Amino acid sequence: MQYGVLTKGTVVFMSHKSFVWLCLLPLAVVTTAFFLLPMARLVVVGAEGPQGLAGYLAILTEPRYRATLINTIVLAAATTVVTLIIATVAGMFLQRHRFPGRAVLIAMLTFPLAFPGVVVGFLIILLAGRQGLIGDLSNRLFGEKIVFAYSIYGLFLGYLYFSIPRVILTIMAAVQKLDVGLEEAARSLGASPWAVQRDVVLPALGPAFVASGAIAFATAMGAFGTAFTLATNIDVLPMLIYTEFTLAANFATSAALSVGLGFIAWAILALARSFSGGTVAAAG
Amino acid sequence: MNVIGDHGASVRVETCGKTFVDGTRALEPATLDIARGETLVLLGPSGCGKTTMLRIIAGLELPDVGGKVLFDGKDMTSVPIEKRNVGMVFQSYALFPNMTVADNIGYGLKIRGVGKHERASRVAELVALTNITGLENRRITQLSGGQRQRVALARAVAIRPGILLLDEPLTALDAALRDRLRGELNRLLRALGITTIYVTHDQAEAMELGDRVVVMQKGVIAQVGTPREIYFEPNSRFVAEFIGAANIIEAPVENGQLLLPGGRQPIGGDANLTTAVAMIRPETIGIVAAGSAPLSGTIDSVSFIGDRQRMIIGGASSKIIAVDAPNTITAKAGERVGLLIAPDAVRLLPPGN
Repeated sequence: MQYGVLTKGTVVFMSHKSFVWLCLLPLAVVTTAFFLLPMARLVVVGAEGPQGLAGYLAILTEPRYRATLINTIVLAAATTVVTLIIATVAGMFLQRHRFPGRAVLIAMLTFPLAFPGVVVGFLIILLAGRQGLIGDLSNRLFGEKIVFAYSIYGLFLGYLYFSIPRVILTIMAAVQKLDVGLEEAARSLGASPWAVQRDVVLPALGPAFVASGAIAFATAMGAFGTAFTLATNIDVLPMLIYTEFTLAANFATSAALSVGLGFIAWAILALARSFSGGTVAAAG
Repeated sequence: MNVIGDHGASVRVETCGKTFVDGTRALEPATLDIARGETLVLLGPSGCGKTTMLRIIAGLELPDVGGKVLFDGKDMTSVPIEKRNVGMVFQSYALFPNMTVADNIGYGLKIRGVGKHERASRVAELVALTNITGLENRRITQLSGGQRQRVALARAVAIRPGILLLDEPLTALDAALRDRLRGELNRLLRALGITTIYVTHDQAEAMELGDRVVVMQKGVIAQVGTPREIYFEPNSRFVAEFIGAANIIEAPVENGQLLLPGGRQPIGGDANLTTAVAMIRPETIGIVAAGSAPLSGTIDSVSFIGDRQRMIIGGASSKIIAVDAPNTITAKAGERVGLLIAPDAVRLLPPGN
């Protein structure tokens, strides 16, 4: 009797196992073809320049690369922080209040999700370019045309424009899940509206900040279309990779820069995640 | 045990009604007085307006125009909850998940600027009082339901509130734990001597905890009284049926006796009545031999519960009559028995609802 049961169990286990392997096959093929092989090739190409492996080091030692790298990180970080602030205030308001036109407003706010970077760049030029709205207005008011579309500030504005919708939707979903009782409890204990935000609401939204902030950061690190539309000489990493690759035909450097860009974005995401986990656990 | 001290406030709710933005009337204008140190229970089925009343007293809802909330005679109607000095326990407990047990309990003190040292000693007092010693540094997610309930209570009383407000604090717990915590909560509330307003839909909780009970139905106060008054002298059919088990009998009256299919039942009160709605509690009916009581019926079923047995009697009245008989009687289904009911155990209710 016992022997029979055992055999039966083993047979079921075996077939189940091979079934799982079969299901893993598409994942394995896709991972190898689209991720492992090109990535490995990229890493190898990066070390095939005249400097060899030191080509990677050049990202940090060569002043032009280093400045671009710092520029990109600062820009992405600033975009993330400002996006989070705007999206949190706006998202909280939109989730907590019902007013006529709310649905239209939310639809409008999420509109940029549909635009490619090129269109976003075009919109920034329409707003702050040489024939832009801000330039026209400042010209009439102060007799001076304010134009910043083609600078890093224009790029910052463009990144904000497409980061806010992504973050706002995540924040709104998180606010919806907040237990209103928590805020009421804090108030009953004497907490002012500011204290309630500081001690209860913001800590509860922490995971949403990390998740959406990470996406905003990674997107801003690698966005190319907007930068390309605004100007070909803004110093951000994706532009540098493009010029090294197409204009200078410097395959090794552009590969090394690509690997560097990917590594930094990934590392900062990982760091943000573990950091937020740490603060959540140590809060209070 | 003088952790709270004597600083309960008296509460007066004056013609407070509540109509929500969408037009639903949650509470008809009602007036209530709650004495210093009293425990008042708001009791009723869901949607009766009890939670709305509590939230108006807390300051989480504004009453409709004309309504007023007074603490110790002082008008608090437009004072926001954070300035009312009320302790509140929520049904979901609403404990802060980003803080430890000790930080939760000490939060109100921290907000009030109480120093770290004093805060710690006060938290320690409350931890001991609510029997959660050893859990101070736990996270909220590591606590059981009963432990969370205690932390929520400790947090609410830590600020020495003038009034303690509890919104169904035991509803989220399983039955056995609920019974145990009910007794514990009762002792604690008595020891604290604080003015307490307690919302529940559970009549057993209301009976045990309340100095007075306010029975509510559809936004209206149906009756206010001590647990005994509410139980023995309900003023309406709704209250009679909501509190405990009740046999409601509608029958014609002749010479001070209910005329029933199974005989006659003498009643007290006005001799000129022609019809009556009578309430008889199951435990006030005696089972005797058929013929030795003016009223008799046939046993439909017997459920042995342990400390007593519930018998369902048919044929005595137009509806079945429930009787809680002593557990020693050995009558069986199908037997004909007499029902002995003292006239003063029959409570006449106003006709209708």
